[in-house]
Amino acid sequence: MSKSNFTRRGLLRTGAAAGAGLAMPTIFTGAAWSGSHGGFTNAPTGSTVTLGFNVPQSGPYADEGADELRAYMLAVEHLNGEGDGGMLNTFSSKTLDGTGILGKKVEYVTGDTQTKSDAARASARSMIEKDGAIMITGGSSSGVAVAVQGLCQEAGIIFMAGLTHSNDTTGKDRKANGFRHFFNSYMSGAALAPVLAKAYGTDRKAYHLTADYNWGYTTEEAIRAATEAMGWETVNTVKTPLTQTDFSSYIAPVLQSDADVLVLNHYGGNMVNSLTNAVQFGLRDRIVNGKQFEIVVPLYSRLMAKGAGANVKGIFGSTNWHWSLQDEGSKAFVKSFGTKYGFPPSQAAHTCYVQTLLYADAVQRAGSFNPCAVVEALEGFEFDGLGNGPTLYRADDHQCFKDVLVVKGKENPSSEFDLLEIVEITPVEQVTYPPDHPQFAGGDLGTCNPGA
Amino acid sequence: MDAILLQILNGLDKGSAYALIALGLTLIFGTLGVVNFAHGAMFMIGAFCAVTLQRLLSLSYVTIDESRTDFLGNPLKIRTPYVESWFGPEAGQAIIDWSVPLAIVFAIPVMVGLGFLMERGLIRHFYKRPHADQILVTFGLAIVLQEIVKFFFGANPIPTPAPEAFSGSFDFGVLLGFEPNSIIYPYWRMIYFVFALIIIGAVFAFLRFTTFGMVVRAGMVDRETVGLLGIDIDRRFTVMFGIAAAVAGLAGVMYTPINAPNFHMGMDFLVLSFVVVVVGGMGSLPGGVLAGFLLGILESFASMSQVIDLLPGINQIIIFLVAIVVLLVRPRGLMGRKGVMEE
Repeated sequence: MSKSNFTRRGLLRTGAAAGAGLAMPTIFTGAAWSGSHGGFTNAPTGSTVTLGFNVPQSGPYADEGADELRAYMLAVEHLNGEGDGGMLNTFSSKTLDGTGILGKKVEYVTGDTQTKSDAARASARSMIEKDGAIMITGGSSSGVAVAVQGLCQEAGIIFMAGLTHSNDTTGKDRKANGFRHFFNSYMSGAALAPVLAKAYGTDRKAYHLTADYNWGYTTEEAIRAATEAMGWETVNTVKTPLTQTDFSSYIAPVLQSDADVLVLNHYGGNMVNSLTNAVQFGLRDRIVNGKQFEIVVPLYSRLMAKGAGANVKGIFGSTNWHWSLQDEGSKAFVKSFGTKYGFPPSQAAHTCYVQTLLYADAVQRAGSFNPCAVVEALEGFEFDGLGNGPTLYRADDHQCFKDVLVVKGKENPSSEFDLLEIVEITPVEQVTYPPDHPQFAGGDLGTCNPGA
Repeated sequence: MDAILLQILNGLDKGSAYALIALGLTLIFGTLGVVNFAHGAMFMIGAFCAVTLQRLLSLSYVTIDESRTDFLGNPLKIRTPYVESWFGPEAGQAIIDWSVPLAIVFAIPVMVGLGFLMERGLIRHFYKRPHADQILVTFGLAIVLQEIVKFFFGANPIPTPAPEAFSGSFDFGVLLGFEPNSIIYPYWRMIYFVFALIIIGAVFAFLRFTTFGMVVRAGMVDRETVGLLGIDIDRRFTVMFGIAAAVAGLAGVMYTPINAPNFHMGMDFLVLSFVVVVVGGMGSLPGGVLAGFLLGILESFASMSQVIDLLPGINQIIIFLVAIVVLLVRPRGLMGRKGVMEE
């Protein structure tokens, strides 16, 4: 066997160089925004304006990122007057007329978040500094959303969050420059609990498996609070590592407990694997405490349902939007997207498309790209026609309030896209909470930062 | 008691995957002296052989059903697999249903060929280079293979179910006199364990009872002397590389119904399999297999909620803890040869 070439000195040298490299971005943080002009960061001067689409193009959520990017490209087309106009035709605000934003043609740059906070910040920073992006949007993880939102606040750039469901994004980590259209863990709990009570009764014992990171915690907390309030008992909660692929050793103890419901606070690949394992271990065929054993998935997406295959049949969850909705906005969006790409959009695509339109409309109404003017235009803004019914962008926390969909895995899908059926559209009043609700406590929007 | 039995069963199937990957890694390290970080990618490509065969068997022709509409309101396109039109709906459906076991036949030539290609095309140029170079080049190769798979199959897991006949689970509890439903174990995981035992047995028998195997074993002990006897040992080692790739590939094929495969699954297993090899003893085939099963069971125990309540986070570090202890107390590993990793 040959000898290793590693030496202690060499290792220290490499470590020091790597450390300096990693520290580089923060060293330049202070001076980064000083090169801008026009009273705010990256004020557009020519005949175009650049938006920054920061989505996972690699890593575990790359498929979701690809769908987000499709939606962004469609939104840019529509803003520039190309295509059929999509939801511009149904949007209650009529300021956007297909001539770009404030008469400037919309262009875009993209970054790859890799679903890693540091990579997402680096790509957002690059789009702001090198490409002059006036707004950053996208992402498919709450960890990334919170990190990029913080960066945009420092940089004086508006952040229109993509798919992020953790309470913290508009709770303890809320920022004045950040806005979320997507719903959150609390809303999932508030919408799901009554449906679960109706379907499974109020005398149930729940066992939670929870992804061991920010989103997992807030989702577990929200679902627990909502289900316990209607009489369910939580018998155990177990954290599972985000990198876990085989959940059998976590499923096995569920068999030993007297739980009759398993709540999987998992998303993406975690959810696909844990649900598949749970079904393999025969949980859905069990009778416990004289009741049929049930599984609940608080946050559903069609892409995940596709990954889990037949295992999702009959399982309840919640979602922000679904392509089968029959309002005019949803129909217009599905038609535009489906005609261009050949399949219906995901909820991630929908929220990203809507966020782009909402930003463009806010700039148009404010008459300025200045982030503080945009914040003012979005705060308290009420709109309709974008697929979720009447919606409010609440000023206190920059969270959208709208109806929430409770869905169920379809028993007899008629096509590869027809995987979820809408069980109930929970009215917005039922999922609204005060801005200082304990699950959102500790946050402060601060003041808007125009940068420069 | 029933909880412990269940965790042992759980550990066996995970241990089977570790053991199969570690077996291939040890074969390659023992014969060629190469630390092959691309071995996890072989496991992943094996799994995607099953996905590919499933897709090939599901290739369909399109007919238009004017009476129904798709999501855009256009006439619905109905896809019918060719195999259904060739063999009739029932036989065709059964063939698609059995795509995972059928993929074993499909994967063997693919994996052996890929192993040959890797060894002859790339890895043999690194035999005389330091281990650090070998790790870098094979790790790079693993990333390239991963990205290629992601390009063609996307990033999300692809469901590849077991045949309908094996989709249920078996109640061990009743068999052993416990309460019904207390020890339930899926059929497919039992099949995976038995399959792993057969493959491991076959590799050992091949090495023990064939002339080819004898030469390879002799080459593992003293490559130079075997070469001096006029035997083309390099050629035989290339064949062993192909066999190692096939073993990892088959482990991947059979794993697909347990967890839907994605492009990253090889990396998830690779690091743990290396720990398994080190714990078992670098270059020791029985050591690798034993350590695979032991660590699989240990990992299962560490995931029990009673254990986690006592030692939070233990489930994530248990394997590495064991590796540290083994390296400190017995650097050559459980069954490693004296002198290896001890200089």
